[in-house]
Amino acid sequence: MTLQILWFVLWGVLWAVYFMLDGFDFGAGMLRNFLARSEDERGLALAAIGPVWNGNEVWLITAGGATFAAFPLTYASMFSFLYLPMLLILFSLIVRGVSIEFRNKLEGARWRSVWDWALAVSSFTAPLVLGLGFGNIFQGLPIAKDGYRGGFFMLFNGYGLLTAVLFIALFLQHGALWLVYRTEGPFADRARALASVLWFVALGVAAAFLVATAFATGLYGNFLARPLWFAVPVLAVASLVAVRPLHARSRALGAFAASCAAIVLVIATALVGLFPDLIPSSLDSSASLTAFNSSSGPYTLRLMAIVAAIFVPIVIVYQFLVYRFLRSKLTKGAEY
Amino acid sequence: MSVEALSRIQFAAVAIFHFLFVPLTLGMSALVAFMETRYARTGDEIYLRMTKYWSRLFLINFAVGVVTGITLEFQFGMNWAEYSKFVGDIFGAPLAIEATVAFFLESTFIGLWMFSWNRVSKGVHAAIMWVVAVASTLSALWILLANGWMQKPRGFVLVGGRAQLVDFGALLWNPYAWIKLFHAGTAAFTLSAFFMMGISAIHLLRGRHVEMFKKSFRIGAAFGLAASLLIIVAGDLSGRQVAEYQPTKLAAMESQWTTVKAAPFYLLELPEPKAERNLVEALPIPNMLSILSYQDPNATVKGLLDFPADQRPPVAVSFWSFRIMVALGFLFVLLALLALVFSLRDTLATKRWFLWIMPFAIILPYLACELGWILAELGRQPWIVYGLLRTKDAVSRSITAGDVLISLVGFVLLYGCLAAVDAFLLVKYARKTEE
Repeated sequence: MTLQILWFVLWGVLWAVYFMLDGFDFGAGMLRNFLARSEDERGLALAAIGPVWNGNEVWLITAGGATFAAFPLTYASMFSFLYLPMLLILFSLIVRGVSIEFRNKLEGARWRSVWDWALAVSSFTAPLVLGLGFGNIFQGLPIAKDGYRGGFFMLFNGYGLLTAVLFIALFLQHGALWLVYRTEGPFADRARALASVLWFVALGVAAAFLVATAFATGLYGNFLARPLWFAVPVLAVASLVAVRPLHARSRALGAFAASCAAIVLVIATALVGLFPDLIPSSLDSSASLTAFNSSSGPYTLRLMAIVAAIFVPIVIVYQFLVYRFLRSKLTKGAEY
Repeated sequence: MSVEALSRIQFAAVAIFHFLFVPLTLGMSALVAFMETRYARTGDEIYLRMTKYWSRLFLINFAVGVVTGITLEFQFGMNWAEYSKFVGDIFGAPLAIEATVAFFLESTFIGLWMFSWNRVSKGVHAAIMWVVAVASTLSALWILLANGWMQKPRGFVLVGGRAQLVDFGALLWNPYAWIKLFHAGTAAFTLSAFFMMGISAIHLLRGRHVEMFKKSFRIGAAFGLAASLLIIVAGDLSGRQVAEYQPTKLAAMESQWTTVKAAPFYLLELPEPKAERNLVEALPIPNMLSILSYQDPNATVKGLLDFPADQRPPVAVSFWSFRIMVALGFLFVLLALLALVFSLRDTLATKRWFLWIMPFAIILPYLACELGWILAELGRQPWIVYGLLRTKDAVSRSITAGDVLISLVGFVLLYGCLAAVDAFLLVKYARKTEE
């Protein structure tokens, strides 16, 4: 019981950290083409994510692996019920990765332009489909006792699309703030101006999402039962609001950190609302996949908890050190 | 076609494709680290040029390996949901540990390595590549521990139709996985060594940067000979394990239809699976199959006909992938030996015929690696977890044949493009000897 709750929390942490980190890769990837006005600047923007995207993406692989190990029934259901969305996420991530790695391998303008657009499109479709998937999970998937009743096109409902827009809006702002933090010169100025605009968008979409959540999902049930937990969404909004003054005072790292907190807390809000469900059923609450009915045995949960307790902090420490090592501002001519 | 058939084709396609990039990552990371360490130690610029040249090829390969690896983690849940439910308690653990313990390290440090030229000392920079090399081997270990459990399940109990882990030690010390690591590891080094020798040979034929490519060739020859000799040992140990743990696979790969005591090994054999016999059995080495399988000249080797028909793996593909792989293994020793002799005697320049062979030989270890996996996975059929769960019972129930057809076509197109771009870049960069 305790172990299953612990793993529910860890599951949430892995997803939240993944979105916090890869979110700025996606955001920067989407914005690059529109912010950069020269080959130098396109190179600069690529160098801002080039050395870190791969390490960030491993959080997704770990989240997937942890779902498999701790909640195999959820893993099996989530990935097979959402077969085509998963495929689109995969294809997006594949294209995103090779775009970053291959773009600078050759000089030709055509070659680079193809990869620039591949990166922009895949950085857009990945959060789009991730948001669509999670939005539908928040609402509940049509799981009956004897199987799944859903289809691909029913995922494109209002709330699912709103969640997709939320992911994209949060990541756009996140990516813009990251570019501001990492670069300088006219490119950084443009990113700064854009980030100011994106803040309004992100805040507006987040507010709409929090309101729509009350109507489209049962996520607020847990909050109403234990109102203290409302602190989580309140802090999420507060972090998002805090981006503005920090950004206005040119506290680039502070604004980025506030955006990190906002993303983590939005995911946390959803998870507090879901608990103990990992994937609620919209048809029959007894068919929901929960932390209790979809988990591995206590032996595996304990083993994996020990592994996570030892290695996740180590990973955080060395990733933090690598980020610190790479912290010096990228200037014109920086190449990845 | 059924969901099962399409899913099997898809898994085979994405796994085979992914494994085109894995061995070079495993072997080349260590070879690049080795070259850079030589540079850090000696300060000799030629090692720096070698490090830069070979690492450029390594990184192109690495990128495709990384992006195609995620597919496999997703595949189990997407297409093999019933399998995932059955084994999640056990199989998920090494996969999650792989990501946490190894893949994080590999991915984070490869980014650091690319970005820290001239920003850290030579020694530290070389050490970063060693971290990448060790992490990629660790990564292989955990993946093989997961695969090893499918081949030789242990340390579990069946509870309510699902396998539950009760003994992590049994999973971790699964001899099948460790021998497989030895086998796959030596194969990866052989492949990387042939990659280095083949490309160096092209430059030597054209007389470009002779000093650098002579050195590269020699490193390739030395590693290649050591690794290919060790493969013979690894292959022998693997064979014994198959005999002990997976008698149906042994019978299929040897095309042994009847149970025979003191079984010979036929150098020339031609299976005829439809008739459940061999068309040709010639040039026997007496008792050899019994010795190879059980280290006992009089041991009994059980034949396919003594297994129920619904437990027999496909014979022709198991047999041929095994035979060709073994033949190639011995060929690698021969080629690497010649390469090392010519290199040490410094007679490569006069052995143009040999330099002409080596570029074409690059493809052979790739072929051998893939055949090895085809044997390992198809030889395990009809089981997905040997003796416990059949492949036909493992496939997802919520997906349709149409879904899988869409994804299969998508993978073929996307991977086709990836392969073309990768090959194009490798050729470009293999030619590019200047900064």
